[in-house]
Amino acid sequence: MTGHDVPGGAAWSFRVRHGREMRFTTLANGANVSLLLFAADHPVDRLNVPDTLKAQMSARIHPPMVLMSDRGLALASVTGSSLDWHDALGGHSTERHVTRFGPSSYQQDRNDRRLSARTGLLSELRKHGRDRADLHASVNLFSKVALSGDGGLSYVEGHSVAGDWATLRAEVDLLLVMSTAPHPLATTWCPAAVRVEVTDAPADDASRLFRDESARALAQSALVWA
Amino acid sequence: MGVTAVLLPHGVLVLDEVVPSGDGFLATVPAGGSLRIVDLEGNQAADTLFYDAHDLDNRYSAMDTVREQQQAYLTTGSQLLSTDLDVLATITADTVGRHDTVGGACSQESNVIRYGEQHRHQHACRETFLRWGAAAGIGARQLTANINFFMNVPLTSEGGLTFADGLSSPGAYVELRAERDIVVLISNCPQLNNPCNGWNPTPIQVLVWGPA
Ligand SMILES: [Zn+2]
Repeated sequence: MTGHDVPGGAAWSFRVRHGREMRFTTLANGANVSLLLFAADHPVDRLNVPDTLKAQMSARIHPPMVLMSDRGLALASVTGSSLDWHDALGGHSTERHVTRFGPSSYQQDRNDRRLSARTGLLSELRKHGRDRADLHASVNLFSKVALSGDGGLSYVEGHSVAGDWATLRAEVDLLLVMSTAPHPLATTWCPAAVRVEVTDAPADDASRLFRDESARALAQSALVWA
Repeated sequence: MGVTAVLLPHGVLVLDEVVPSGDGFLATVPAGGSLRIVDLEGNQAADTLFYDAHDLDNRYSAMDTVREQQQAYLTTGSQLLSTDLDVLATITADTVGRHDTVGGACSQESNVIRYGEQHRHQHACRETFLRWGAAAGIGARQLTANINFFMNVPLTSEGGLTFADGLSSPGAYVELRAERDIVVLISNCPQLNNPCNGWNPTPIQVLVWGPA
């Protein structure tokens, strides 16, 4: 097993081989992980949130859904979670969201300087030769933006508490890029640390049996390793 | 549905084009110019992307748009925001009442996932985006969640998403004002496998006016 604690308000990127499982565990209340996913073996293939949602008839991310790519692959299966709603509609925070909480600089705040998810994600993307063109709709683990019948969106405060978790099984080799900056609709700056652990994954029958669409995406990923 | 058709004054008509289903449309609309998309026969889906004409990576962002306005459906008054949170365009008229921006575009690959391997080689919007977008430098990295004008994708408070019969009708249209110089890329959806275009893809008309 290998693991890393990502402080609140920080960004990180890492590669995971197919067949491994990532466990995200919140270490404080009100955590958020804005997550971008790329197929590591392909120059442009990445998470496609609309395809993920429409193929599985969902406006949220929950187990045992499959996270799908532009290329029609299952990138990862959501094998389990203590929460049944992870946001996929809210995008990630930009500097405009962060400056609502007042000015912040390294000179003044040292490593508590407030940086947006966008700034952190771009820093990590650039380490992998990627840039603004590679940004895409993120999944926001541990956050919820509730829907009303007329399409209204409202952020749910306190959706997650310390100890909440989600597990993702990599279905192809992945590059993951994540930020632990608060959700863009959060009304306070409340960065919370998140532990990421990578282990060998158990078989993933739940996603395979969830829907025909989920099974077909997993079958496309299996072909990559045929 | 809030249906409004109060038209702003137009400048000079510079483009008036019928786009058959399965074909695309690419144009630059200058700041202050107008764009109208007409659903000629009703129940069609016009998959549309917008870009800052001077910075393609500052492009339409569905998630930033719905979050900042805290509203998942688009209609008159909706501002279409970019990844840098700039307003690319504003919807100024809409005779339908709401349009989807969560459901994305069809592709050969998503058709396989949704409908099975036998649908892999049917025509799809992503391929149209790539074919028509190339002339503007728009490739796969530049394709993200689009707007589906005239398409009805209800979301539920339980977190569900469905595809429903369109709310659109013959002659229905949506009109937008460009808030900066923008590139508009449209795929007139050739999807045959769901009710988003009434099982029968049909032409749209696209009109562009210069600044009033
Ligand atoms: Zn389509």
